[in-house]
Order: sequence, then structure tokens, then C-alpha cells
Amino acid sequence: MPKGSDIFLQNVSKVVFFIILAFALYLFFTGHGSPGGGFIAGLMSAGALLLLALAYDIETVRQVVPVDFKLVTAVGLLIALCTGTGALFFGEPFLKHAFGYFDLPLLGKTELHTALIFDLGVYLAVVGVTMTILLTIGEDS
Amino acid sequence: MLHVLILIPFLWAALIPLMRALPRIHPGWAVLPVPALLFAYLLSRIPAVSGGESEFVSLPWMPDLGIDLSLTLDGWSLLFALLITGIGSLVVWYSMFYMGKSSESIRHFYVYLLMFMGAMLGVVLSDNLMVLYAFWELTSIASFLLIAFWYRRERSRYGALKSMLITVFGGLAMFAGFNLLYGMTGTYSIREIAAQAADLSGQSLFLPAMILVLLGAFTKSAQFPFHIWLPDAMEAPTPVSAYLHSATMVKAGLYLVARMSPIFAGGSEWFWIVSLTGLITLLYGSFKAIRQTDLKALLAYSTISQLGLIMSLLGVGSAAAFYDDPARAAFFGLATTAAVFHLINHAVFKGSLFMVVGIVDHEANTRDLRKLGGLMKLMPVTFAIALIGSFSMAGLPPLSGFLSKEMFFTAMVNIWEFDAAGAQSWMLLLPIVAWVASVFTFVYSMILVFKTFGGRVKADKLDKLPHEASAGLLAAPILLVSLAVVFALIPNALASALIDPATAAIRGNGLTAETAHVSIHFWHGWTPELFMTLGVVLLGILLYRTYTRFSLLDREWSGRDTLNRAYNGGLSLLENGGRRATDLYMTGSVRRYLIYILLFLAVSLCGTLLLSPNIRLGMDDYAPITFYEVAMVIVMLAAAAAVPFARSRVNAILFTGAVGYMVTGLFLVFRAPDLALTQMIVETVSVILFLLCFKFLPKLKREKEKPVFKWTNLIVAGGVGVTMTLVALAAMGSSPFEPISEYFLRESYESAGGKNVVNVILVDFRGFDTLFEIMVLGIASLGIYGLIKLGVKTNP
Repeated sequence: MPKGSDIFLQNVSKVVFFIILAFALYLFFTGHGSPGGGFIAGLMSAGALLLLALAYDIETVRQVVPVDFKLVTAVGLLIALCTGTGALFFGEPFLKHAFGYFDLPLLGKTELHTALIFDLGVYLAVVGVTMTILLTIGEDS
Repeated sequence: MLHVLILIPFLWAALIPLMRALPRIHPGWAVLPVPALLFAYLLSRIPAVSGGESEFVSLPWMPDLGIDLSLTLDGWSLLFALLITGIGSLVVWYSMFYMGKSSESIRHFYVYLLMFMGAMLGVVLSDNLMVLYAFWELTSIASFLLIAFWYRRERSRYGALKSMLITVFGGLAMFAGFNLLYGMTGTYSIREIAAQAADLSGQSLFLPAMILVLLGAFTKSAQFPFHIWLPDAMEAPTPVSAYLHSATMVKAGLYLVARMSPIFAGGSEWFWIVSLTGLITLLYGSFKAIRQTDLKALLAYSTISQLGLIMSLLGVGSAAAFYDDPARAAFFGLATTAAVFHLINHAVFKGSLFMVVGIVDHEANTRDLRKLGGLMKLMPVTFAIALIGSFSMAGLPPLSGFLSKEMFFTAMVNIWEFDAAGAQSWMLLLPIVAWVASVFTFVYSMILVFKTFGGRVKADKLDKLPHEASAGLLAAPILLVSLAVVFALIPNALASALIDPATAAIRGNGLTAETAHVSIHFWHGWTPELFMTLGVVLLGILLYRTYTRFSLLDREWSGRDTLNRAYNGGLSLLENGGRRATDLYMTGSVRRYLIYILLFLAVSLCGTLLLSPNIRLGMDDYAPITFYEVAMVIVMLAAAAAVPFARSRVNAILFTGAVGYMVTGLFLVFRAPDLALTQMIVETVSVILFLLCFKFLPKLKREKEKPVFKWTNLIVAGGVGVTMTLVALAAMGSSPFEPISEYFLRESYESAGGKNVVNVILVDFRGFDTLFEIMVLGIASLGIYGLIKLGVKTNP
């Protein structure tokens, strides 16, 4: 689809893209307390990028996120794995999580949890996987 | 020493290939010392063994399984070991002159031969059944290699395969029999099993074990109807035929039957099976031998019939086990003595006859009786050997064959008085069959000598005029036939040295060499046996003069071959039948395979449901159904039912999507927000992917019409649906345990610091699963990437 052919879609996408991303971030961070989590957030973020790809084209997506999504998958898997391995250094079994409550400057009393890092791995893996599939198929057609 | 005895041939076989460094020396010279030295050692053991000693040595091999390398040397083993090494030495000598030095892969020949010799020694010396079985199969393998020694000839390969299939079939049956014996007694040691023999005969596994062990012995010893491999094994080089297929390997079955006699002889089944199989084999083999034109085939059938004779004697000899009275036991036990004596005689004369046939083949380039004749004047020494060997085979005085045949008749006449195994009137049949078979034996022995050496020379049918063989080639058969004469002159010395200890070893019953002694005479008065022999000779001469007139005996020199046809037909039936059966169900159609899988699933699950007593389909503790659930299920059912009836693919995809969104709705109603979110997005993505696939379907052969309706599909699908519904209901209705979800609900915040229990389970309680699920996703994406990117390259 050449640039400028669908002005409404493109302009709406510019706004909606960030709304979706913000919602995805919300889902990601709230996942431990309310519905959400790395998996849904990852799918949602990929959905935002997909909207961009539909409104503009795949090249735009590549410019906006100039990374190789296969690498994103790999990094996600690595993070998830490292979270698990980290527990081993403290003499705990694999994938044992730790958490605590801290007073942070801006947020006040906040719960910090190693499960969040694991969820980050899930998030990155899902984004990478989804985008790899979509871009591969998209570029082929 | 016994372990070393077995080890030496194997070690030596490993060294034989080194003889390549000495191409000018025939490797046979390097082999010859092995059997000769072993023979000499075994000879030195005769005084001790005949004095009643028996050596027993044991080395642990697999002690946890009760398998030890335990060897025993008693009279019976010693006799066989002497045969193996003695005839082995002569065969090695003979093969040095028979086989060329360079033209054939001669070193392989000796490797196989030594391997066989070691294995055969192992069979006869083993006391442990598993060790015996291992060596037994090793003889099968060595025999297979030796039969197919000239592997470029189709007949050799056929014969080798046939012998392999039949003997290994029997070997496996025997293996099963041994294990049944182990199950009954808890030991693999033959002497320990024999010690428990009295408790065995009542057990239910006794008869199966007996039959299985006998199957092994009968296939190895070429008993009817498993004899068919032996004539085809004659494609082997003649030294092999002389060694394996007359003197040693085919007697392994006899060895086993005799060895097992103390264990099994208490049952009358043993008496009947062994005697009757032996007699049938005796009669059939001698009858078929008359009709052969090939000298080696004639000898093969003759071997079969003689093995049958010995087998029947072993069976008849087991009658002794039914009597406690020593006099009666000795009266029937004579048959065992006759069997041992004839076994020695047969090894001697059959070995020499095979060597004679090899010489004739070597000199005249043919073994066909229709081309041979009048060799008497051309090859006088060979003729003399053949004459003595054949007359001993026919059982004529003054040769040792006569003595053992007389004892055979005596044993068969004695069995008239045997009254313990039931059906006494049938006993009359035994001597008659034996006598008729002896007449046939006489006839083919005469054919062997006089068709080959008598008459005129048919020079026009031969490639070259034969002449006397070299002294080296003649030495071995001369030595063997002179043994036949010597044994006839001093039968009682032989008896006290070898036969009596052997008989004592296999008869059991606390017999010693002295009490087992039977005095052997040439002249024992005007007994029925003497008249039987006279009748054999008279009728035999008459039959030999006239047998070409009886079409049954001389059907164009060959006759029908029913059993081989059955074997070949059976093999091709197996192959074709197997292929057809496989073709029938392995069609390559995924639809078919799905039907098998689903039908199996439905039938096995429904069957389990029907058969299980604790399954109930109660619906007492179900939650009440709400309006939203009903509505959504109805929509979902409608969408699902519409899928098979959709006229286009787009519709089918959309209906599938509708089902997916209804599932999202159900998740919401059942309060699973995480699932609902995920389900919605995943459903959207998969519908998009489906549409993508649809878009890129090839233009040609685009399928627009309705899917084809098949009743089988409907039945299978309906069956699986009903089955799974029933299973689900049964699972709900009869779950006997409390779910563990209480723990998660309680501990989610306390120990994992999260309020979203689903997420806590995913990343914390069961994070390990999640780790591998995202790995699955990664693999899937890389797979898609690889498929598309690499597919472009190969398919531009």
C-alpha cells in the first residue's frame, strides 16, 4: 500500500498505536495482581505493530522498531532462563522466585518481584515470535 | 583346562588371517595342530572318565542371572569331544588337499571351521543351559557361513538361508524350553535340573518345555519334517559336508536329546515323540535316498535316516527309566548303548563316504550317478574305501555297522515287552518299520557303491577320464574306514573305553560304566535279529536288482518334493502375505490412519468405561446452568454444526472463528479473564492466518463444491464425540480426590506475592512449563521462517 493512500487510517493509527502500547504496558505490569501478564501484553504489542504495518507498510515497522525479531525471541528466552538460573546462585532450586516490598522515590511502597523479570522474558519472546511470523509471511506475499 | 579347550579354536581362528603374510604355505597346516592336540589331550582323559570320574569346572559369567561358564566332561561329552576333534583333524587334513591354496578365500574357510569347532566343543561340554544355547546358535551361524562358502552361487545362498531359518527356528524354541525349565527348577545347570527331575514330571509346564526342547533338537538333527535343510546344505564344500553335516553338527540334536533324557524320560510322551519321530525319519530318509541321483544328496538323505535311527534308539532307550528293577532297566537300556555305538559308527563311515564322494567329484567333475560308472578299475583305492564304508552303513558283517545294526534290531525286538507307555499292540510296528528301513538302507548303500564304481565307464558323459587321487587326499578316508574295521574287531575295548561311560552318563539312574556294560559279539546265536539281518540282505539284493521297475522307488530318479514345495510356498506366502497385509492397511492416506487412531480411541475408551466397575455418570453436584451459558452454547453449537456444511472455505473459517469467540465468551462467564483475553487475540490471529492460507491456495483445482459426505466419517466422528462426552461425564462424576486449587488460592499472595492466581501459577508455581512453552513458540517461529525463506530458494 503506497504511502498517503489512506490518510484516515494512517492518522488514526498514529494515535491508537500508542494507546494500544500503553494498554499493553499496563497489562504487563499489572499482570501479577489483576488479569494480564507477559503473554497477553506481548500479543497486544505485536498487535500495535501489526496495525502500523497495515496502515503503512512493513518497511515502516522495520524503521520504527529497527531490530531483528528473531533476536528479540532469543533475548526473551535468555532472560527467562537466566531468571531461573539466578536462583541457583542463592542455593535455591531452579526458578525459585523472590519478592519484597520497597519504598521507591516516585511510586511509594512497591512490590518488586523476580517473577516480573521472568514475565519480561515471556513478553519479549511472544513479541519476537509473533512479529517474526507476521513479517516472514508478510514479506513473502 | 576345559575352558582353555574351548577357547583355543576361537583364539586360533582370530590368528588365521595373519597367515596372509605367508602366502606359500597352505593355511591348513597352521590349523591342523589345533584339533590334533585337542584330540590327543582328550584321548588322555579316557582312562579317568571311563573309571567313573567326571570333571566339572565353573567360571562366573553373569552370576546374577544364574549363568555361569560351567563345563563338565563326562562319558557322553567326552565321546562327542573326541568325535569333533578327531574327525575335525581328518577333515582339516583332507581339506588341505581338496581346497586350492590360492583360488578360494581359503583363510576364511578355516576361520569359519575353527569357529564351528570351538562352538561345537562348547555345546557338548556346557553344563549351563544358556551357555549351551549360545554355543548352539554359534554352530548355526558357523554352519551358515560354511554352507554359503561359495557365495556367488545362488544354490549355496539358498541352502545357507534355509538351514539358517530352520535351525534358528528350532534354536529359539529350545531357548524358550530352557527358560521354562529354569522357571520350574530355578537353575540353568543341567546336572542340578536332572537332580530335581523327579519333581518335574507332574508340573504343567513339563510337556511344553519338553516339546520346545525337542523342536530344537529335531531341527538341528534334521528329523522329519525339519530335515529339508540338510540336502540343500550339500552345496557346501565337501569337507564341510563331511564334518558338519554328517559327523558333528547334525548330531548336536542327538547330543541334546540324550543329555535331556535323565530330565524328561520319566514321561511317556518323551518315549513316543522321540521314538516315533526317529522311526519316521529313518524310514522316510532311507526311502528318499534311493531316489537321489546326486551322490551328495543320497548321502544327505542317508544321514537323515541314520540320524533317525539313532534318535529312535534314544527314544526306545528311555523305556529303561520306567523300571526300578536293574535287570529290566538294563534290558531296555540296551537301546541306549546301541544308539551310542551307532553314533560312533555313523560318524566314522559317513565321514569317509563323504570324503570318497568328494574325491570322485574332484576326479570326474561330476557327482551325478547317471554319468558315473566303472570307476572300480580306475580308482581302486577309492573303491575299496567306498565299499567298506557302504557295507558298514548297510550293516553287513564283518564291519562295525553290522554290530550296531544287530543291537538296533535287538532293542526294537525287546521293546515288545515294554508295557508302561500304553498302547502295547502298537509296539509291534516299531521293529517292522525298522526292518523295512534297513532294507532301503541296504539298497541305497549298494546303489552308492555299484552305480558309481561298478558297470562300464561312461567316458562320453565325463569331461575327463578320472584317475586315482593323490595319497594325501586318500589318507583321511583310509584312516576312517580302517577304524570301522578296527571297531568291529575290538568292540568290547571300544565299549569299555567310550560307550559304557557315555551310556552311564545319559541314562542316569545311578548307572556306572561297569553296570552299564553290554558285551558285544558278532555271533549271538540263532536269534530273531540274525534272521532279520538275513532278510534285509536277501530282500535288499532282490530290490537292488529290480528297483528300477518300481515306479514308486525310481520316479525318474528324483520323485516328488512335497516338503520343499511346502517350505518354499510357505516362505513366499509369508512374504507376499506380509506385503499384501501391509499394503492393505498402510495406504499412505492420512484419512485412513486417522480413522484407525480415532476408532481405536473410541473402542478402547468405551470398552474401559463399560468394563470398569467404579465409573458413574452422576450429575448430582453440578452447578446450576445460567441463561448466558445456554445462549452461548447454542450459538457455538450452531457455528460448529455449520462448519461441515459450509459451501466455501471462507465461510468455514468464519464459522470456526465464531466458535472461538464463543469460547471467549464462555471463559468470561466462567470468570477466567486471562484466558478470555488470550483466547480472543489468539483466535483473531489464527483466523487471519487461515485467511492467508486460503488466499494462497493454487488457482487450479480449486475446490468450490461441498465436502464429500462419507458414512464412515460420520460414524467415527459421532463415536468419538459420544465417547469423549461419556469420558468427561464419568471423570466429573467419579473424581475421588479434592482438587489442589485450594492451595494455590491460599498461597498465591502469602508465599508468591501476587493476587492474579493464574499469572502466579504461570510464572511462579509452574514457571518451568511456561519456560518451555515460550521455547515452543520460538521454535515454531523459526520453523515458519525457515520454511518460507528456504522454500523460496529451492522453489523459485
